[in-house]
Amino acid sequence: MTADTGGSSGPGAHAGTGTGRLSGVVPEPGVRKPDPLLVLDQVTRAFGGLVAVRVEHLEMQRGVITALIGPNGAGKTTLFNVVSGFDRADGGRWSFDGQPLTGSPAHRVARRGLVRTFQLTRTIARLTVMENMLLAAPGQRGERVLPALLRPLWRGQEREFERRADELLDRFRLGPLRDDHAGTLSGGQRKLLELARALMARPVMIMLDEPMAGVNPALTQSLLGHITQLRDEGLTVCFVEHDMDVVMGISDWVAVMADGHLVAEGPPHTIGRNAAVVDAYLGKRHDEPEATGEEEKE
Amino acid sequence: MDFSVILSDALRSGIGPIAAVYALAAMGLNLHFGYTGLLNFGQVGFMLVGGYGLAITVSTYDGPMWLGVLAGVACAIVLALLLGLPTLRLRADYLAITTIAAGETLRLFYRSSWAEPVTGGVFGLQRFAKDFYDLSPIERGTYGVWLVRFSSRDLWVMIVGWSLVVVAAVLLALLIHSPWGRVIRSVREDEVAARSLGKNVYAYKMQSLVLGGVIGAVAGMLQAIQVQSVNPDNFDPGVTFFLYTLLVLGGAGRILGPVVGSILFWFVLSFLDSALRQAIDAEYISPDLISTSEVGAVRFALVGVALILLVAFRPQGILGSRKEMLLSDR
Amino acid sequence: MRPQRKFVLALALVLVSVPALSARAQGEAVPRGPTFGARALQALIDGIQFGVIIAITSVGLSLIFGTIHLINFAHGEFVTIGATFAFYLNAAAAGPGWHLIPAAVAAVAFGALLGGAVERGLWRPLRARGTGLINMFIVTIGLSLLLRHLVLVLYGTRPASFAQYDIQSTIGLGPASITPRDLTVTLLAVLVLLGIAMLLQKTRIGTAVRAVSANRDLAEATGIDVQRVVLFVWMLGGGLAALGGVFFGLVEIVTWDMGFKLLLLMFAGVILGGLGSAYGAMAGSLVIGVVAQMSTLWFPVDLQYAWALLVLIVVLLVRPQGILGQAERVG
Repeated sequence: MTADTGGSSGPGAHAGTGTGRLSGVVPEPGVRKPDPLLVLDQVTRAFGGLVAVRVEHLEMQRGVITALIGPNGAGKTTLFNVVSGFDRADGGRWSFDGQPLTGSPAHRVARRGLVRTFQLTRTIARLTVMENMLLAAPGQRGERVLPALLRPLWRGQEREFERRADELLDRFRLGPLRDDHAGTLSGGQRKLLELARALMARPVMIMLDEPMAGVNPALTQSLLGHITQLRDEGLTVCFVEHDMDVVMGISDWVAVMADGHLVAEGPPHTIGRNAAVVDAYLGKRHDEPEATGEEEKE
Repeated sequence: MDFSVILSDALRSGIGPIAAVYALAAMGLNLHFGYTGLLNFGQVGFMLVGGYGLAITVSTYDGPMWLGVLAGVACAIVLALLLGLPTLRLRADYLAITTIAAGETLRLFYRSSWAEPVTGGVFGLQRFAKDFYDLSPIERGTYGVWLVRFSSRDLWVMIVGWSLVVVAAVLLALLIHSPWGRVIRSVREDEVAARSLGKNVYAYKMQSLVLGGVIGAVAGMLQAIQVQSVNPDNFDPGVTFFLYTLLVLGGAGRILGPVVGSILFWFVLSFLDSALRQAIDAEYISPDLISTSEVGAVRFALVGVALILLVAFRPQGILGSRKEMLLSDR
Repeated sequence: MRPQRKFVLALALVLVSVPALSARAQGEAVPRGPTFGARALQALIDGIQFGVIIAITSVGLSLIFGTIHLINFAHGEFVTIGATFAFYLNAAAAGPGWHLIPAAVAAVAFGALLGGAVERGLWRPLRARGTGLINMFIVTIGLSLLLRHLVLVLYGTRPASFAQYDIQSTIGLGPASITPRDLTVTLLAVLVLLGIAMLLQKTRIGTAVRAVSANRDLAEATGIDVQRVVLFVWMLGGGLAALGGVFFGLVEIVTWDMGFKLLLLMFAGVILGGLGSAYGAMAGSLVIGVVAQMSTLWFPVDLQYAWALLVLIVVLLVRPQGILGQAERVG
């Protein structure tokens, strides 16, 4: 998490650090923002003849929760995959924290501090909860072959990581499960573990692909609480979501995609009234074929 | 039927030099398949370049043995890079086909007539193991306890072989229980997750392929030394299949899986062989049904049956845990 | 990624060109009979003949992969069993001494039954138990070991030929020549391949096979009986492998490990054409057959299979999805 905790912070869903600084930003697609962390330009991705993503310009403000919404097939997950290095773009540029990120492979994207989660949780079943956490720790000395053979070289660092992992696990109430195999966890616990593990990687920004999908209402509330709290601590969050209540509840800014394009942007309360969003969801162009690419392309 | 002979044959085989060779080669395969999830069906190719690297250096070019060992290891590294660069980004089945094809291509090249000046072609190479046996501190003669006797040469190979197995087991255990091993295991389970956490999956797979390949090459050298000759036909794809059998038998993804697997595999194989021969000699089995010359084929057919039954009913092997095995179903 | 690929390609080229040069140097020293053109034509004819036989065997391998994503390492043994079964009916001392044609038909039927039996008795129960795909690969290895050594016990190690069509005089084809037997086998093989194409395109079951290959879940959702399709594919694959075995035994010789030797060439053909594509397997196998035979123009005969396998590795470098396959890569 970054040390960027400037601005006022306090209780309430809309009192995040960056929210205040977005108050003067005009709610229109592609608008410039005062302190963008992730900037996309002319990003396109087509599958065969179908254009899944064509985003002219999109900035994501540092320190806020940005929701990426849109109907099925709008290209949200494809955009996620392109930016996180799991899919290649056909064109365009994007940068992270002022440095170019275009075409970086997934592992470099993660090392830069942009860490993602998946729609279908990807905890590693045959590693324990603690091992899942430790796996994510960045800059491990023992991850190279020769130092790995010499335990004293990395044991101290490993202990530090374990301490940090225990803190995170306690925070997500997974502490008692630390030595269980992740495969024995419930679906909800795996979601929490995946989030905790993403944090273990010390991200500057996390991208959550439908974090609430398949999660029961009680856990949804708990996850929402965790996400806003992370934002309040300075983390930048972007998430894909279908449930409008969730989006309205926690996001500071909403970007709307339809047919691969960015059709609207703005604070959550303005989005419901936006004509382009209503068109996108109610389907002014419902007779046209939908772009594919919503599934995870791997 | 003389049971002491059968038992003696089986015991000799189970702890003998060849069991050590196969245990070592399977340890390399265990790193590939058991820990990293790489479906390498060409482990025999690493054994081949190892054995030939040593034999060619010493026998063809009159080099010293240490240089031969280095050459064998170097060849294994080059082979791993050549195999891995194109295929490690592809799906597991592509790696399987490429590795089996590469192993067989190598064998065909090494046995071909144009390679004969260097590799000895179909005749192979001999007279390269003298330095190794000269190092032996063991007096000439035969040694043994109870039913088992070995010549001083075999004993020397066994001592070196099983020592190498112990060294490899210790090194692998250290590696697997380090952060490096944690990444390797995560690659086996879910490489997408590993990449999303900043791990360069491709590099880790390559390291695993190289390390396991080098272990395979050392096994190949040991085999060459034990039979005091290299011959391309000792390195056919069937060897890899045996390695898989004993790995699954012992338990893939367990440090000692290949060791237990190899000992048991060779014990049972020799037991069957010896018992069948004796049964035929004693006419318990009609020679019309199976003749002594067919015993070899029968026992390999039984290996096939054993492999099928093992995978179907106990895929975790002797040392593995079924509970953990079931977790991996995603 | 790019520079790495170039590096591998360069290494592969060196590997290929060094022996090529040395072999050419040898070749110039030794005078040969017919002109290069004549030898090339002959090699091409032999290559096409070899290629269509590989194609017959590899179509089944590719269809099996397409429908259940299993690489059948025991497919070579289906080939051997077809050839040795026909040999038993046709020429074995203990056999009934049938003419080769009914023996071949019976071998194909036996191959189809064997394919069906393996699917019903082994693969279906294993799938029902939830055995993973990787473990299934290993089971096919076990099956391969079992079948190969059963053949070894029953058939023995001695190579043999069928009773009919053994020695024939050749027909001239310009500077090259072919025996009536080889010509018939080649034409029959081409007809069989066309027949498979018709089957896949025009019949209900063929359409179902293609549907399951393209998208198993979708096919199942539209009411296709996937189990039946898979059974059909195994029987078709088994029958074709047996037929290929008979053809190969006819133009070459019957041995207990002929299928295992052919297996790697089948793999090469299947990968070259794109895993899972039946037409790709046909095209790829043809290329492999021609490469194997044409290589003898420059290189020793004992390396002809090695070149074909090397082609496989080079193709994986340049176009891993094969000639006709869809790009599909992980990572």
